[in-house]
Amino acid sequence: MSRQTECAHVIGLEGLQQLLDVLRERGYRTLGPTVRDGAIAYEDITSVEALPRGWTDEQSAGAYRLRPSDTDTVFGFAVGPQSWKRHLFPSHQILWRARVAGGTVQLDPEPHIDAPLALIGVRACDLSALAIQDRVWLAGAAPDAEYRARRADAFIVAVNCSHAGGTCFCVSMHTGPAVTSGYDLALTELGAEGGPTFLVTCATEAGAAVLQTLTRRAARDDEIAAAQAVVARTAATMGRAMPETDWVARLLGNPEHPRWNALADRCLACGNCTMVCPTCFCTNLEDTSDLSGQQVTRTRRWDSCFSVDFAYVHGGSVRPSIRARYRQWITHKLATWPQQFGTSGCVGCGRCISWCPVGIDITEEVTALCAEAPD
Amino acid sequence: MAPATELRVSQAPPEPLLPRVLCVHRRRRDAPGVWTLELQAAGEPQPPFAAGQFNMLTAFGVGEVPISFSGDPAAPQRLVHTVRAVGPVSSALARLEPGAPLGVRGPYGKGWPLEAADDRDVLLVAGGLGLAPLRPALYQLLAQRQRHGRITLLYGARSPLDLLFRRELEAWRARGDLALEVTVDHARTPWRGHVGVVTALIAHARFDPQRTLALLCGPEIMMRFTAEALCAAGVAPEAIHLSMERNMKCGVGTCGHCQFGGHLLCRDGPVLPYALLRAPLRVREL
Amino acid sequence: MQPVAQIIAQHPVFSGISAASLQLISGCARNARIDPGQFLLRHGEPAHTLYLLRHGHVVLEIAAAGRGTLAVQTLGPGELVGLSWLLPPYQWSYDVRALDVVRAVQIDADCLRRKSEADHDFGYDMMKRFMPVLVQRLQATRLQLLDVYGTGH
Repeated sequence: MSRQTECAHVIGLEGLQQLLDVLRERGYRTLGPTVRDGAIAYEDITSVEALPRGWTDEQSAGAYRLRPSDTDTVFGFAVGPQSWKRHLFPSHQILWRARVAGGTVQLDPEPHIDAPLALIGVRACDLSALAIQDRVWLAGAAPDAEYRARRADAFIVAVNCSHAGGTCFCVSMHTGPAVTSGYDLALTELGAEGGPTFLVTCATEAGAAVLQTLTRRAARDDEIAAAQAVVARTAATMGRAMPETDWVARLLGNPEHPRWNALADRCLACGNCTMVCPTCFCTNLEDTSDLSGQQVTRTRRWDSCFSVDFAYVHGGSVRPSIRARYRQWITHKLATWPQQFGTSGCVGCGRCISWCPVGIDITEEVTALCAEAPD
Repeated sequence: MAPATELRVSQAPPEPLLPRVLCVHRRRRDAPGVWTLELQAAGEPQPPFAAGQFNMLTAFGVGEVPISFSGDPAAPQRLVHTVRAVGPVSSALARLEPGAPLGVRGPYGKGWPLEAADDRDVLLVAGGLGLAPLRPALYQLLAQRQRHGRITLLYGARSPLDLLFRRELEAWRARGDLALEVTVDHARTPWRGHVGVVTALIAHARFDPQRTLALLCGPEIMMRFTAEALCAAGVAPEAIHLSMERNMKCGVGTCGHCQFGGHLLCRDGPVLPYALLRAPLRVREL
Repeated sequence: MQPVAQIIAQHPVFSGISAASLQLISGCARNARIDPGQFLLRHGEPAHTLYLLRHGHVVLEIAAAGRGTLAVQTLGPGELVGLSWLLPPYQWSYDVRALDVVRAVQIDADCLRRKSEADHDFGYDMMKRFMPVLVQRLQATRLQLLDVYGTGH
């Protein structure tokens, strides 16, 4: 926390608007939370007016509602159905195009020129998710050059959560609610007397340089303490928690636990969880051509292990049953991801709980799966 | 003695998702529905590969599939792949005529642990198309014959018509320094060879179980039964290696399709020791 | 030429056999030699004998109208040929033909069944030896049935 207090300043909405303006002047595309289609989405924003001021969310298993807040807060909500992977790792991307004529093929990578991204309002869980995705896309033998460029160029303004969502469990996953690393600036929303005010701290030189351009004043000790209290209160009001058991070993050791059957009866294999999850990364590569067969395109798009042909080998799917596919998803997320990439795959954001149409709650399921099977 | 230069980990070229364009140089039909393609690069040197590794081959306009190398690792400029036409992509690849272009990405994967074969008996057990990914290992072992003890190839196929590389099988049989037994699941006369499952050949093979490296490749059921039979014969699970197969899309560990338990087969496999596979292979729909 | 008792004692199916049991079996056994192409047993005929192969290979065959002669399994040294003598109607299910020169111990199945009825301890010992062969053949046959090398359609 000492670095946060060293650099601690206070800004208001005016400063927040200046932040957006300065970043845009420097060529960034500013993305932040905004209300759209009854949920909080991460879209292009240019004005603080676009932020979800005065909104909060109510989340529970299979339920998500926005409602007007009792307090005048700008970031008084948890996370919505989107995560930042939508911008850093696009859902559809053309990889290359080829012209096939006679016996020759002219193959060209598809250029993608994007403005650098400024991510405004990144929560601790999502910061952890970015770090996890970095290990998938960058740490292997074949790092993804475009992801690397987008990540390296990104300017991140994190927000310490002041409101614990009904399905959040970042505390038991040790990923929040306080942001600890991987950002340039961090905001904590303080009391709203006289309008929204934010404690802002910087973690990088780039962050400090931007902060210096904003209308700000040094933070008082009581404001620093208030910010810490906000985070502590959020931590104490988590909606959920993972059990304190070694779920890695239990999940790996119990592929025939009867609870999987109960899950199979409920799960629709709709794949919502994989779409909203900030760490899910599975993709499919598809080749298409025009009618002449001469123009060929390869596209990479998001895929889900819940689709029945995700694990297709000649003759059929390896996981024809929903039971097997649900087991694959949760075992991968919590138990085999560490083997593959060195960290857990789950950040405790709760999105999969809120956005599951039948309300499957992984904290509840993991608790049941870790319990001894009933006789 | 020359230092070992066996490559086991893939060394993918930059831009790993971009195929290189090569052409078919020759094609040969090995069995019903099975074709061996020899590829030619227009002057561009091809990266060396290790026995047991694979390339992702693109049939332009149709798609891309993983196909193991089936040629000699000592001659990496001759890229040889044996393809069975079972789906749209493999069928398109199997139909390519000499001169036709295709895309190549790779080599990927961990191959056969041949560096562990020195001073040991080596038992290769191939089932069906599984002989193709094992052939590079056999080439390499025979090229350094004096480094190994007894080398035995046991090969099972559906019927005599389905046997691959028949001329080579005869040539191997004619060598004095290699034991070869072939069996088929069923046959009509005049087949005079073995009829029965490939596991039945193990009892008559001559190898020292304590000192044997076993390499298995074929349908998963066949590999499971063979591995268990070898364990029953006294070979340690750590010394038995299987080439596993799952759906692959990227080949570089980022698409998630080839997961088998905690392993990404394109990166941690496709060759894995039975010691790691024994338990997960018993779980249905893993 | 080795006495037949010694040959039987060395055969994998009879490893560890007691002297008393060995004497009982040997009384039912003699050496045999079958030329290539000759039949050891014929489908439908009474199952009077079983063979312990020492050298050479045999093939189990079925002739099917329109499909020719189909080979079901080959057997070699150390293996047992003939199982249908174990149960009524004591009739062979296949043709078994020698592929090369076969040397075997030929055992009179009627003699073996009679002695097993008279001495149940001996009979149980025999069953314990033949049962694993049956189980292994069944497992191998199931694996063949699965047609694992097929394309899965």
